[in-house]
Amino acid sequence: MMVQSRNLASRVWTARIFMILFLCLIMFPFLMIISVSFRSGNFATGSLIPDTPSLEHWYLAFGLPWEDADGIITEPPFPVMLWLWNSIKVAFMSTCIILLLSTTGAYAFARLKFKFKEHMLTAMMILQMFPAVLALVAIYSLFDKLGNYVPWLGLDHLGAVTVAYLGGLALHIWLIKGYFETIDNSLEEAAFIDGATPWQAFRYVLLPLSVPILAVVFILAFIGTVAEYPVASVLLQSMDNLTLAVGSRQYLNPQNYLWGDFAAAAVLSGLPISVIFLFCQRWIVGGLTAGGVKG
Amino acid sequence: MAAATEQPAGSPLKWLAWGTIAAIDLILLYGVTLMYAQGETAFALVIVLLVCSGTWVFISGRGYNYRYVYPALLGVTTFIVFPLIYTINVAFTNYSSNNLLPLERVKEILLSKTYRVEGESYPFMVFQSKDQYRVVFTPTPKNYLVSEPFTEAAEPGLLPAKLQSDIPKGKELAFRETIKLRQLLKTQDIKLPSGLQLSMTSLRKFGPMLDIYRDTGSNILEDVRNGNKLIPDFSVGHFREVPPDYNGDLSQRETVGPGFVVYSGWDNFTRVITDPGIQGPFLQIFIWTIIFSLLSVVFTLIIGLLMACLVQWEPLKGNGVYRLLLILPYAVPAFISILIFRGLFNQNFGEINTLLNMLFGVQPEWFSNEFLAKTMVVIVNTWLGYPYMMILCIGLLKSIPGDLYEASAIDGATPWQNLTKITVPLIIKPLIPLLIASFAFNFNNLVLIALLTGGGPNIIGATVPAGATDILVSYTFRMAFGQYGQDYGLASAIATFIFLIVGTIAWVNLRVTKRMVE
Repeated sequence: MMVQSRNLASRVWTARIFMILFLCLIMFPFLMIISVSFRSGNFATGSLIPDTPSLEHWYLAFGLPWEDADGIITEPPFPVMLWLWNSIKVAFMSTCIILLLSTTGAYAFARLKFKFKEHMLTAMMILQMFPAVLALVAIYSLFDKLGNYVPWLGLDHLGAVTVAYLGGLALHIWLIKGYFETIDNSLEEAAFIDGATPWQAFRYVLLPLSVPILAVVFILAFIGTVAEYPVASVLLQSMDNLTLAVGSRQYLNPQNYLWGDFAAAAVLSGLPISVIFLFCQRWIVGGLTAGGVKG
Repeated sequence: MAAATEQPAGSPLKWLAWGTIAAIDLILLYGVTLMYAQGETAFALVIVLLVCSGTWVFISGRGYNYRYVYPALLGVTTFIVFPLIYTINVAFTNYSSNNLLPLERVKEILLSKTYRVEGESYPFMVFQSKDQYRVVFTPTPKNYLVSEPFTEAAEPGLLPAKLQSDIPKGKELAFRETIKLRQLLKTQDIKLPSGLQLSMTSLRKFGPMLDIYRDTGSNILEDVRNGNKLIPDFSVGHFREVPPDYNGDLSQRETVGPGFVVYSGWDNFTRVITDPGIQGPFLQIFIWTIIFSLLSVVFTLIIGLLMACLVQWEPLKGNGVYRLLLILPYAVPAFISILIFRGLFNQNFGEINTLLNMLFGVQPEWFSNEFLAKTMVVIVNTWLGYPYMMILCIGLLKSIPGDLYEASAIDGATPWQNLTKITVPLIIKPLIPLLIASFAFNFNNLVLIALLTGGGPNIIGATVPAGATDILVSYTFRMAFGQYGQDYGLASAIATFIFLIVGTIAWVNLRVTKRMVE
């Protein structure tokens, strides 16, 4: 017995040391980028921890001009806050629409009977495997033409990007449908007996019971759309209309390499999204595994 | 709106719902007429179809259950199904930056070209009132042909002129001042009431302009100067200029003007197979795409499973903190992490090379060496992807009954035996569809490649830009939206090929999932 517990203790220690080493490796990029954001200048100085910490990149990231010790004023290279705002606008709007449409859709698939239901579900299953990336030429042309009739849905408008993200519905319908099916429908049946319409049963009975999954889908869709790069990069062109995902790339142009400025902007914009994610991770993890395992 | 048929007839809610539907229909039908007028027949037809089905679903009682799915289906159809079909359609055309416009538009461009006619010309004056200028001719005394006003900021354009008997407002500019305006005047053409177009031919005079081409019907244009004809060559999508009465081979003649879009059959597909500058890179990229996706799945699975086991292992205290830190790479938006790695791996300024230089005195060329670039891509993708696998594995590990491990502990099994004999066999079955999905995701992981390497280092001898770390999706992305000569047709042909692969993967996945449920 003695031998075994010593054996166990040594195993725990091995595991712990391994875990800590692994975490150092994983955390290296994050620690590094924070360090770089406080380093003056945009080029490596040969030390990993800044010798003379400076807030220059942080000023620029917040859109404030920075005056260095010699009195030289640097203007912010890019409108980061505007990009962040664009991203939030687009993500919020499209997430709301996605949530609305996928909830009603999932309700029909989970509770109502209609023709071709199984076919539609299978089609959704297959279609969610085709990301928008595969049809960028078509999406570009579609919005190019739409812009002739509805200007705010044309190229280089945030409206176009918002609407384009609606294609991501299929996955969420499956997630919500899975959750609806775990809710016993006896309550709804009781409502029907009392003369409720399907809409009333959905709105006043099922929906209040499904708040957790709606929150999960909202966060997943929000983070997904904030981080979306390909569609936005094709549809948006002018500097003031970019989303963060498209704009950030400009920092690491070989001709204009702004590593330090990028570091501050990355921490500034990445932090809120990461914190939201970590804050909600229990529910997200639950949603992911439930949705994933059920397929 | 869902309440439309549920309310008793004549109730205000019902009228409101019907009114809303009617209003939406009217707006859309107005759009349809506009589209039809512009020659977008296919677009117009699709919208008519949507309007009809939508109206039926929301008005008819029999369509009631469809009301809940209709908007979602509409979104999926418009932004997934339609683009897929459209892409396949483009794959059979020569749509590219050289052949961008439809035939009608190219014809319009050619027909709007003008040339200056020698001979008769008209002296002009410029009148200024405030910051506005007018060009004025005096065909006969007391008669003034006055153009519409224009400012110094005017775009090049055609200004109609009107005949009037009063002297125009403002003051006449002296010749010296007119000369100062010559750059501006050159951009402004004048259209007389007779339809004749004039433009500035000398400092004192405007001369008439004529259209170069005349439409002789059946898409053939005639050059009015020499009688040459422009005949559309539908095999390449260009107009070709031929002398009058030419009956020889069209393909030998010079092309004129911008190209137009034509269906080119299987041309794009045969190019992929036969053009050595495309075929070689394409095969190389295809193989790399599969290797990359497989390696990503394998590495993320191994690390994810290992970490899941450690986090779930009770003796290891503080696993809540470990779990939180381990999930971090998944919590940070991928585009930020990828760009961070792009900077960290930088050859000269990157911190990874600074560190390697301090420790081992080496500075690997992460972005220009093919093998190192590929290694970097896999490392970064593993870093990005293992938390997802870990999350899935934790969920699956929880479902394994604990007494199995207790039994194996009594038999004195090692951790390795526990893993291979109990854990893996029990979770592999539900994991397989997820692994397939992960494979499909990485197969199309454009964000990683586009932001990390941009596909580079470039493959030498490729006709269309192609790189060693390019995967099929990023290859098509560069082809269609890169900096040099966008070739939408070819990109779509390769995208069509990707559809087939993704479709197959999706079908296999569906099969596997179905079998699991049964």
